[in-house]
Amino acid sequence: MRSFTMTKTVIKNLLRGPATLMYPKKKRTFVPITRGRVDNDINTCIFCGLCSRRCPTYAIIVTKDSKEWQIDRLKCCTCNLCVEICPVKSLSMHSHYAPPVADKTAGIYKLKKPDEAETDH
Amino acid sequence: MGEPQQIIPTEKSDLVGAVAQLLAEGYRLVQIGCSTLESAYELNYSFDKEYRFKNLRITVTPGEEVPSISAVYPNAFLYENEIHDLFGIIIRNINIDYRGTLYRTAVKTPFSVENVKLPEPPKQKADATAQSKDKEKQQTETTEGKKEQKE
Amino acid sequence: MAHKNVIPFGPQHPVLPEPIHFDLVTEDERIVDAIPSISYVHRGLERLIEKRDFVDFVHVADRICGLCSFMHSMGYCQAVEEIMGIEVPERALYLRTIWAELSRIHSHIFWLGVAADAFGFESLFMQSLRLREVILDIFEATTGARVILGVCKVGGVRRDIDAETLKGIVQRLAALKKDLDELCSVFINDYSIKHRLAGVGYISQQDAYTLGCVGPMARASGLSMDMRTLGYAAYKHLDVEPMVESGGDCYARCLVRIRETFHSIELIRQAAGKIPEGPVELKVKGAPNGEYFSRVEQPRGEVIHYAKGNGSRFLQRFRVRVPTFSNIPAMIKVLKGSEVADVPNIILTLDPCISCTER
Repeated sequence: MRSFTMTKTVIKNLLRGPATLMYPKKKRTFVPITRGRVDNDINTCIFCGLCSRRCPTYAIIVTKDSKEWQIDRLKCCTCNLCVEICPVKSLSMHSHYAPPVADKTAGIYKLKKPDEAETDH
Repeated sequence: MGEPQQIIPTEKSDLVGAVAQLLAEGYRLVQIGCSTLESAYELNYSFDKEYRFKNLRITVTPGEEVPSISAVYPNAFLYENEIHDLFGIIIRNINIDYRGTLYRTAVKTPFSVENVKLPEPPKQKADATAQSKDKEKQQTETTEGKKEQKE
Repeated sequence: MAHKNVIPFGPQHPVLPEPIHFDLVTEDERIVDAIPSISYVHRGLERLIEKRDFVDFVHVADRICGLCSFMHSMGYCQAVEEIMGIEVPERALYLRTIWAELSRIHSHIFWLGVAADAFGFESLFMQSLRLREVILDIFEATTGARVILGVCKVGGVRRDIDAETLKGIVQRLAALKKDLDELCSVFINDYSIKHRLAGVGYISQQDAYTLGCVGPMARASGLSMDMRTLGYAAYKHLDVEPMVESGGDCYARCLVRIRETFHSIELIRQAAGKIPEGPVELKVKGAPNGEYFSRVEQPRGEVIHYAKGNGSRFLQRFRVRVPTFSNIPAMIKVLKGSEVADVPNIILTLDPCISCTER
């Protein structure tokens, strides 16, 4: 029966400090390939609808006539298939996840082409 | 890359005898699975010994009763209760019988022949069977309101 | 004359990560019988094959369970590839093996932490989860996500790991190994842990075989049963050795999991040394027509994925038989004759993963 087996770990923990982060005061550093949320550069988008057809959860809706692109962030599972298939590379995956919302419909993020793009809340 | 797997079609009356023989040879029960076919169910009893995989397969029609193998392998009760709850097949003489309370679902027997819509094989394969599958598809669509896949 | 009581255990219990219910019939403090009851998280995932074609279904297979997520998608992809007769490139097989072994390490460390929490040793629980963060960081650096990886697909894998990153992974795991040595020496040698685990929940080798035990529960009773020796993925090129103990009690199961963790670190080092260059994916044409049972060794045991296709883009049937489902009848045999106070420990050494069990 050995005693003091955890001493080394205890001293290391005391010197290193807590393993948790003081979030939200200190933000977390993400790795560049972290799959957080999908965003679209509306000026380069050609509204072909390929991303909408490829999406396995049907989260993207594209209307070509009114030049609208819409994603339901609560349905998106960040699988990255839409980003890979976009022919003009207007879709991109950002590292930081979408902020939490209180309502199921509040996760829908709409973008419209003409002069300015609508910002989300 | 795959290992050799045997599938042996069996009659329902030979089932318990074949299973008892496998127990005597030292096989262990791996799983009992069920698939829904056009208007029948296909039960797979899988056994394994030293990484050799063997399957017994029986086909039953809806309404037929199947004998339980829990007298031979006592751990089969969980699989047989699951098959009874999800598929609606009546299995006689299970050693621990939950009588339908193992899976408490909103739709009773969600995997049964009435509730499952099988996919059609591609048109150039079998034209005659595709037409009969079309009729079956129309019948099942009226029993359960299911959302068709979006475009 | 002893009086019989029925004590319900679960579905909410501080020890259980997922809901399962046992009705324990007790006489004084000893258990005479146990009746399991599931279906608290039944989602009916097997019906989703009617709505998603076989290429998209990988994302659903990933989400059957959180802890064993990668192995489910790997087993599904293997079943479909075997039906369609696709030869996956060698590099993809090695990458799948590396991710699978990392999955096994993180699942076992998580189990160690939860087991420590179950018998009250909370600081050990915090320490184990701190070590597990190293693996989750590796996952995030190579695939982009921590738990649900989404990196396996029919015909290969979706991402590549370059040689620099592989060397970094092996180095980080070597540092983790030193920390794990200290942690596991507490599990193996500590007097209070031994007192709680040794001699508790015994199952003999014969019973374990006929009642259908798989995974660490079977290996702790002396059965040498490890599906990795079948040689799927890249295991045919690596030295896999099933870790077998003969104690049959909770202490032996704990030892099996600890030894498997160290063996996995060694396997990753071997795989990173032997990985060949080449493509990581293959274009998939056509649709599956046929059936196959694919057997994979998950952290909790042997999992069977059965896929059946008839030539259309949607599979006809997909069935998953998980190791916890197979271990539950054996758990009933173990529970008979044990004390009520030991029940949470015993059920935790089964490592129940109920979201897999009920799909």
